[in-house]
Amino acid sequence: MKTILTATILTLTATGAFAASHCAAGKTLTDGTLTIATGNPAYYPWVIDDAPEAGQGFEAAVAYALAEEMGFAAENVTWVRTSFDEAIQPGAKDFDLNMQQFSITADRDRVVDFSAPYYTAPQAVMTTVEAVEGGATPTMDSLKGMKWGVVASTTALPVVMEKIQPDQSPLVYDDNANITAAMQAGQIDAALFDLPTALFTAAVLMDNGVVLGQFDPSAAESPDQFGALMLEGSALKPCVDEALAALTDSGKLAAIEAEWLQDAVGVPLIK
Amino acid sequence: MSTRRAAYEARQRRRANLLAGASTLVVLGLLVLLVPLAPGWAAVKSSFFDGEIFARTFPDLARAFLINIAIFAWSVPLIMVLGLAIALARGARAPVLFPMRIFGAIYVDLFRGIPVVLLVYLVGFGIPGLGLPRPWNSPYIWGTVALVLTYSAYVAEVLRSGIESIHASQRNAAICLGLSERDTMRYVILPQAIRRVVPANMNMLVALQKDVALLSFIGPVEILRQAGIFKSLLANFTPYVVAAVIFLCVTVPATRYADYLMNRDRDART
Repeated sequence: MKTILTATILTLTATGAFAASHCAAGKTLTDGTLTIATGNPAYYPWVIDDAPEAGQGFEAAVAYALAEEMGFAAENVTWVRTSFDEAIQPGAKDFDLNMQQFSITADRDRVVDFSAPYYTAPQAVMTTVEAVEGGATPTMDSLKGMKWGVVASTTALPVVMEKIQPDQSPLVYDDNANITAAMQAGQIDAALFDLPTALFTAAVLMDNGVVLGQFDPSAAESPDQFGALMLEGSALKPCVDEALAALTDSGKLAAIEAEWLQDAVGVPLIK
Repeated sequence: MSTRRAAYEARQRRRANLLAGASTLVVLGLLVLLVPLAPGWAAVKSSFFDGEIFARTFPDLARAFLINIAIFAWSVPLIMVLGLAIALARGARAPVLFPMRIFGAIYVDLFRGIPVVLLVYLVGFGIPGLGLPRPWNSPYIWGTVALVLTYSAYVAEVLRSGIESIHASQRNAAICLGLSERDTMRYVILPQAIRRVVPANMNMLVALQKDVALLSFIGPVEILRQAGIFKSLLANFTPYVVAAVIFLCVTVPATRYADYLMNRDRDART
């Protein structure tokens, strides 16, 4: 009774920001607050400068747009950090939503809930300037002959194994930083990331990185789509989906994507 | 034939066995009854003990474990040879060989003091980063080097303690018989010392078997990494349980064998 009362009072007193929707009221960890988790650290261009509170970067911006659509003012959004494992472990979660480029897959969906996708990620191949000078081209034949590295917690490995079917078995790493180290040590020629991550890694983390090409996401049978992760059976899911649908319809999601993920053009498609 | 004392002792033994069996059953029963009553049990069960995922991932994980075994198999001889060399260097008595003693001490301090994981990263990414061509920059080679550096430092200390445990009278006796310093070590000290530290070295090998999994950090898809891949694809921790079971299948017999050797050694000495 008390929570309902508080919620009502909050709804009555808050103006503007709270007026949009009451769907999420009482369904979050803390009433009146939306707790969103991101990675530790969170990478460009998803979150700029590892500071999601600033709302800069694609996922940070989407998070604040979602919150606003669901009736939470920006100051009522709190951020926490989780690893991938913490996001999927059983038991209570310390977040309402977790946004860190989680690819939606049927297997994962059995254990946790995903929102509708907020981004369809083209997969892209990162390699080195030396490999390109050595004759690497964005063609399947060329990709097959390369030594591959992927990050274990991503969906890249099945893509490499099924789509590219490389001659040598890929090496697998914990995170982007280790991929970078292995590539600089000459242990791998190529790595598969989502395009924005590939562009960032090639430009910032690597001295000699280059994005060789991207797979056409519209041609993929099951394109890599990012969704916000929630506890299995989360009551919040319909609200998040509704808010995402509203953001998509109003064109706001596309605008955020255009603002933060713009430099995707100009990367050749892999033939 | 049995005396009254033997009959009494047999009775006591039966009683002890009965009590031990009963208390074990009660504890197991309580665990089986109480754990599922925990509110989160259903969630824990489906994320750690999913039977279908267990069956689906077991063959791939068992195959990945072959890589662990291979790395283990080629590391062990290297570790033993280098460990012995370092132990002998540390034990060198001639004044001219003092630099070797210093080297041995620094080697042991350094590589026993650095966490294996750090060494795996440093050697596994660092040395190939100097610009070695393929296949000489392989993570398998440099990961093995990291393991060998760490474990040879441990084994050197174990062997040195074995060498020092051989009583000085043995050495004196050998010298009296006219054996050279070298032959004393080769034919008198080492055969006894090595035998004495076999159980301790067995424990080293069990630890090594588990630490081979650390090579996954620099790329090789061995069992831990394969389990991690399944975990992330299925969002389920059952593959880790499968990996643990596979590890236990190897490490439990190995530790039991080490215990057996240790007991046999103790019995032989008393």
